[in-house]
Amino acid sequence: MKVTLNVWRQRSPNDGGSFQIYEVDEVSPDMSFLELFDVLNEQLIEKGEEPVAFDHDCREGICGSCSMMINGRAHGPESGTATCQLHMRKFEDGATITVEPWRANAFPIIKDLVVDRSAFDRIVEAGGYITAPTGTASEANLILVPKEVSDAAMDAAACIGCGACVAACPNGAAQLFTAAKIQHLNLLPQGQPERWSRVIDMVDTMEEFFGSCTNHRECEAVCPKEISIDFIALMNRDYIRAQFKQRRLTGQKS
Amino acid sequence: MTRLHWSPGPAAAPAPPVGKAAGSAANGLNGRIPEGPIADKWSNHKFDVKLVNPANKRKFRIVVVGSGLAGASAAATLGELGYAVTMITFHDSPRRAHSIAAQGGINAAKNYRNDGDSVHRLFYDTIKGGDYRAREANVYRLAELSVNIIDQCVAQGVPFAREYGGLLDNRSFGGAQVSRTFYARGQTGQQLLLGAYQALARQVHLGNVELHERTEMLDLVIKDGRAVGVVTRNLVSGAVRSFSGHAVVLATGGYSNVFFLSTNAMASNVTAIWRAHKRGAYMANPCFTQIHPTCIPASDDFQSKLTLMSESLRNDGRIWVPKEFGDERPPNQIPEEERDYYLERRYPAFGNLVPRDVASRAAKHEVDAGRGVGPQKNGVYLDLSTAIARVGRDVIDERYDNLMQMYERITGEDPYVAPMRIYPAVHYTMGGLWVDYNLMSNVPGLYVLGEANFSDHGANRLGASALMQGLADGYFILPNTIGDGLAPLLGEDPVPTDDPAFAEVESAVSDQVKQMLSVKGTRSVDWFHRELGKIMWDDCGMARSAESLEKAIAEIPELRSEFWRNVRVLGENESFNQSLEKAGRVADFLEFGELLCRDALHREESCGGHFRVEHQTEDGEALRHDDEFSYVAAWEHTGDHAQPALHKEALEFEYAHPSQRSYK
Repeated sequence: MKVTLNVWRQRSPNDGGSFQIYEVDEVSPDMSFLELFDVLNEQLIEKGEEPVAFDHDCREGICGSCSMMINGRAHGPESGTATCQLHMRKFEDGATITVEPWRANAFPIIKDLVVDRSAFDRIVEAGGYITAPTGTASEANLILVPKEVSDAAMDAAACIGCGACVAACPNGAAQLFTAAKIQHLNLLPQGQPERWSRVIDMVDTMEEFFGSCTNHRECEAVCPKEISIDFIALMNRDYIRAQFKQRRLTGQKS
Repeated sequence: MTRLHWSPGPAAAPAPPVGKAAGSAANGLNGRIPEGPIADKWSNHKFDVKLVNPANKRKFRIVVVGSGLAGASAAATLGELGYAVTMITFHDSPRRAHSIAAQGGINAAKNYRNDGDSVHRLFYDTIKGGDYRAREANVYRLAELSVNIIDQCVAQGVPFAREYGGLLDNRSFGGAQVSRTFYARGQTGQQLLLGAYQALARQVHLGNVELHERTEMLDLVIKDGRAVGVVTRNLVSGAVRSFSGHAVVLATGGYSNVFFLSTNAMASNVTAIWRAHKRGAYMANPCFTQIHPTCIPASDDFQSKLTLMSESLRNDGRIWVPKEFGDERPPNQIPEEERDYYLERRYPAFGNLVPRDVASRAAKHEVDAGRGVGPQKNGVYLDLSTAIARVGRDVIDERYDNLMQMYERITGEDPYVAPMRIYPAVHYTMGGLWVDYNLMSNVPGLYVLGEANFSDHGANRLGASALMQGLADGYFILPNTIGDGLAPLLGEDPVPTDDPAFAEVESAVSDQVKQMLSVKGTRSVDWFHRELGKIMWDDCGMARSAESLEKAIAEIPELRSEFWRNVRVLGENESFNQSLEKAGRVADFLEFGELLCRDALHREESCGGHFRVEHQTEDGEALRHDDEFSYVAAWEHTGDHAQPALHKEALEFEYAHPSQRSYK
């Protein structure tokens, strides 16, 4: 196969940046999309041009590093798939493919296709945990968790924090990420003591960085782990209930 | 052929002499194993170590490098205890560390299944699985702590698989005859790492842990024989910066990527532990590398990494090849009697569940013999159809759905229609920096956790034991042992980062960066990495011989020398430069690979993942030589142009008596 790549190049956060066109021949259909970029980069190095910077690590769809907007769609054409697991057999021979970084105010560009997603860490630091210092735990099977609840928590916990949801959202909102992180814990019995403070602290922190949700559902469409926007509904419900809770009386700060 | 020596790269600042406190007893290395019966050693030891008073903990600063299971759990727990922690990770977020990719599960001796499991059995299985090359006391402690890990993770909200009654589910896993593996779908590593990361995030929020992302440790700083800090490079700005502490903890993972193709993440590397080694820390058993039997075979020459399919698939999958050589028929058209279920045939008792090294060599045997399957004839079949017929597709879906999807995405083939193709790939490294029972290296103040140390898996790691070890080290062992080293330092401030000890190492780091950028040669960094990988895989892979190892030991220095003459690293230091990052890692692999081969050459026996063709039984199984090699080989760096010096720590087996492993 042969493809033409139209790639966003930007030297540093404050540079203007522009699209550059590159031809890549000898593309194998079994190659992954990131391996295509490996080949492109070898070509560029050969020519003495700086290779394209892109985040990547595990290349098996779980670390959440890879982050390419491919033909206008976060992670490209195959649903439920991160960029690293997208293979060239999904493209036509001779195709022109446009590749951009995640575009969102909360994710400033570092270089080329690499963005800074540390705002996600700030949301988790605000309350995305269960306070359980090492050594305090009781025997594991004393906490019964109905299978359905555990499965639902796992559906939310499958989030890999890649940021596709934000990149796809016309508002640059992080509702799906934040909801997944909150509901993983809020659904479980272990998460109940901090449930109301968690949702308030995390949602408020989210709003410092990200836009607002207006129900476009683009996030769900591009999520490589196919996380459902039902979790956003659950988060919103918890957020509203938390406003009315006598949180001091439930043992939580108000 | 001219023999070239160590890299003609920039000369590193000479390593200051290292204190002799931990290491060198007269009769070899001393692991400082506590006295007493094995079941009491850990409890006794916790009583014997020096403690740091709660009010004094905040006066100690600990630098933790690496944010995987071991590093994140250690940093979080040390922060909870009140220590001042600096966390350094080269990832953009601690949650990206490669622990996240572990699929199958985590072992614990809970005996929830009432199937005869116990702490002693997990201990015994781990020692035996490691082919009697691990320390008994460490392994017993690991088995003991396994139950606390599950309790801790459940309390944190890790969504382990559950039964309908709400209790935790278990399964049997790779080579175990009891069901002691806890799991969260096929994403156990992800969920455990998120648990540790969340605990870490809480400590960051509380101000107990200072987090430095996209910051790569490039060297260790030693002053007066103690580890006093690290020198890092900021991967976004290129700035070289030192971090100082009363102790340095390396939890920087394994070195599988010395083989280029492995299941490790692209950035996983040996740099942190290799630089520490060059500063005086001993590297133990580097030749103990694990080849995982169930990976997806390489599809073409562009392959950048290999993907693991959890070996939990071996619980339900039957492994076979066509009996006929060069059988071109699609698998479905090969009748039952023309298939060779070679693991079931050769190992009737364990069948498809033999340990990883045995399963891997058996697959290599079939492929080398010409019975390989797939377009490149480089795989064997893993067939779930018998299990689907027995328990139904729904159950198989529930157990392995994400794996099936992953397989289909990568190969474009539906595993429900045709059996999967698998082949072994490098997956885990048992070797690493030598540590004592406190997880301290021979350099006082330098601690090493998780895959980065050599400690608990001997010559071969059992499935679902890596997560267990990382978390045991980070949550439970280090927080209880580090006080022993810190208490005597009470009242001393960390060495300031403007001390000449730091300045010297900073300039060595900057010089190496400049050197790499100034070569301006013709070959890319990846080219060198691939070439090194070919040498390592062909000559030091699943089967090693004196001849192949000597060949590798001759070729690697030539490649290293070419690297420093001919590498092309574009761009500059003062910006985000991935080629430059990788160049430093490959430069270290080019040095480390040689030590790995030297260790493999010196170990004239086969054990676990280390298979020397000269040492095998008549059946082609690994043949150990306990009388000569029942020791840990810890190598000391003696200079860039000198042979490393070997130190031995004798292994004694009081409770699990060495026997030849037999899985028949």
